[in-house]
Amino acid sequence: MEKQINGAQIVLQALRDNGVQHIFGYPGGAVLPIYDELFQQEDIEHILVRHEQGATHAAEGYARSSGKCGVVLVTSGPGATNAVTGLTDALMDSIPMVCITGQVPTHLIGADAFQEADTVGITRACTKHNYLVKDVNDLARVMHEAFYVATTGRPGPVVVDIPKDVQFAMGDYLKPTSVKHKSYQPKIKGEMEAINAAIDLIATAKKPIFYTGGGVINSGPQASQLLREFVKLTGYPITSTLMGLGSYPSADKQWLGMLGMHGTYEANLAMHDCDVMINIGARFDDRITGALDKFSPDSKKIHIDIDPSSINKNVMVDVPIVGDVAHVLEDMLRVYKSRAVTPDKKALASWWQEIDGWRGRDCLAYRKDDKAIKPQYAVQRLYELTKGPNTFITTEVGQHQMWAAQYYRFEDPNRWMTSGGLGTMGYGIPAAVGVQVAHPKGLVIDIAGEASAMMTMQELSTAVQHRLPIKIFILNNEYMGMVRQWQELLHGGRYSNSYSEALPDFVKLAEAYGATGIRAQTPGELDDAIKRMVKTDGPVIFDCVVTKEENCFPMIPSGAAHNDMLLADDQGLEVEVSDEGKALV
Amino acid sequence: MDEQAIATHTISVLVDNEAGVLARVIGLFSGRGYNIESLTVAEIDQTDHMSRITIVTNGTPQVIEQIKAQLGRLVPVHRVVDLTVECESVERELALVKVAGKGDARVEALRLSEAFRARVVDATPESFIFEITGNSEKIDAFIDLMTPLGLQEASRTGVAALSRGPEAM
Ligand SMILES: Cc1ncc(C[n+]2csc(CCOP(=O)(O)OP(=O)(O)O)c2C)c(N)n1
Ligand SMILES: [Mg+2]
Repeated sequence: MEKQINGAQIVLQALRDNGVQHIFGYPGGAVLPIYDELFQQEDIEHILVRHEQGATHAAEGYARSSGKCGVVLVTSGPGATNAVTGLTDALMDSIPMVCITGQVPTHLIGADAFQEADTVGITRACTKHNYLVKDVNDLARVMHEAFYVATTGRPGPVVVDIPKDVQFAMGDYLKPTSVKHKSYQPKIKGEMEAINAAIDLIATAKKPIFYTGGGVINSGPQASQLLREFVKLTGYPITSTLMGLGSYPSADKQWLGMLGMHGTYEANLAMHDCDVMINIGARFDDRITGALDKFSPDSKKIHIDIDPSSINKNVMVDVPIVGDVAHVLEDMLRVYKSRAVTPDKKALASWWQEIDGWRGRDCLAYRKDDKAIKPQYAVQRLYELTKGPNTFITTEVGQHQMWAAQYYRFEDPNRWMTSGGLGTMGYGIPAAVGVQVAHPKGLVIDIAGEASAMMTMQELSTAVQHRLPIKIFILNNEYMGMVRQWQELLHGGRYSNSYSEALPDFVKLAEAYGATGIRAQTPGELDDAIKRMVKTDGPVIFDCVVTKEENCFPMIPSGAAHNDMLLADDQGLEVEVSDEGKALV
Repeated sequence: MDEQAIATHTISVLVDNEAGVLARVIGLFSGRGYNIESLTVAEIDQTDHMSRITIVTNGTPQVIEQIKAQLGRLVPVHRVVDLTVECESVERELALVKVAGKGDARVEALRLSEAFRARVVDATPESFIFEITGNSEKIDAFIDLMTPLGLQEASRTGVAALSRGPEAM
């Protein structure tokens, strides 16, 4: 029998045994025993954030850029409730995360004790799974299970709520074992019958398209590799969701750019007109499909997803394949090669001709300005001056996020971290903190909006404390631009509460935090300023003053179909949106 | 099969009998806007601590497929079977029905209860409590008949169901 240790020591040992090197957290009464243990060891580094929401987004950035599980440690009550936004964000975007929350001692649960909150109740709907550990002898098993559940199948956040008396109680530590979970057994390999049926469709397609998503990234670098091989082998066009950017190199000529509400003309029209759609790790989200009844009406659809509940949820598909992307792609490639499939060259040539026609529309073109900085131009210059395999981009939510997705280009997976499903303003700064922790030598840039950046600006202090040289590149249009754009298009230009009033001086703000502030106001000074930002050793706020009322195009208005896009030239047109469409978000 | 037709399904779910598992299932239904017509739950295996949750719900075929997949995704869920489509099944519900009255109404209530094979489990000079088992339609019919005869209140267990034949799910 091994020596008994206390609950807090069990937590630390379980973290070590699950390969954890970094945790993001904030102390409080109900987690003091764990903080005490953290203090007395050196294997695990704790990054002290400034708000628990920041800890969760930092863990997300860490996880998404490294493929590891993000770990969060917060106290009971307000610590736990502050973590809810990031947990929900991680659930929506399938990010592996283990969040340890302190709880009031077991005998006080239910007594409305100081800093008590029903954490498992509150987080039930925003976690993949959660646990309240009432017996110290369950703690080691639960900790290991939490990591297993968070990182396998469709990844997601798991909360482990530990009452303070359990952290003090003495108990047995169990090593992680490879025992199969009784009920939770995600399916990894796809059914061969379905894979063969998919290859039948792919082999005879005349207007095929690959539609890929975040599942490719989550499946690991191997999945991106296999995807590249498959796409090259077929010669078929490929597009991706916001979450999937980087899984296929944007420099390649088969790449059509992102699809969806602010996707490219060619990607969306190809989706609309295709005859075979190969969905790999995407979930037919409403930002992608637009009006469901008009979504790609004439195509046969293949859908590869590790989560059976993603299949036929929004769009009925013809060939569902439940499994992990890398495993399924490996089997698909093998079948494709062994059956010596040769794509219909003639049909493919005319499909590409059609696509090239749409490409010729040059949907990302915008009117240049030599006096003021256009936001699109700012992202283009940022890309040219910072691109490289060691550059990581995070974003906030709004127009800048879409411009970043459109004009920054990604060649590799795990370089692009954004809040897709939940659309959480305030994600980018803490996410950048997490990315920088995972990649100390990387160039980590948050492409931000001024309104979003204000939501979690305090995490700049975290960056300064931990010497994390993140760059916060604010496209400052003095508006909640995306809100203003919708108000312009849908609400008669009445800009209700969307002006960013009383903004701080971002350069001074940076200095107040002990960081560096840089401002650019004209296209002429932009390049030099960006170069200065890159050369700066510590964290930077870059206040990039851009034109205020630019709209983000292309755009599929709510309730419209893919072939009903608004393009930049349509600027100033009255947009007709149905009442049904107006009710959508 | 009509893709838009709404039908009633009985879904049987085997779960670990652990804290919060029922809240997970119910939260899933309320959070995603699915209907619950009835729900029963009790531990059925003391050694392995397993419970069976039987849910009667309704929806289009696509919604029912989603419900099954969403239930299957919950970590403590072992198995999900749609007893309405995947097999033949037996469904039973138990109800206690209190009827108060005197004279002809009382005699008529007792006579009807015999026809329905209900049992009297409590009696006073002016009331009965009947225990009745059967499928939900039978219980609906019995309660309807009791309404004019002095129905006071009823308590129903919700549906318990098993697939027919020798195999367990
Ligand atoms: C937490 C949160 N609150 C509100 C919103 C709604 N919202 C979406 S975009 C946006 C404006 C963002 O403004 P800014 O950060 O300046 O970005 P811009 O669109 O101007 O580039 C708002 C308020 C949101 N996405 N997240
Ligand atoms: Mg803005």
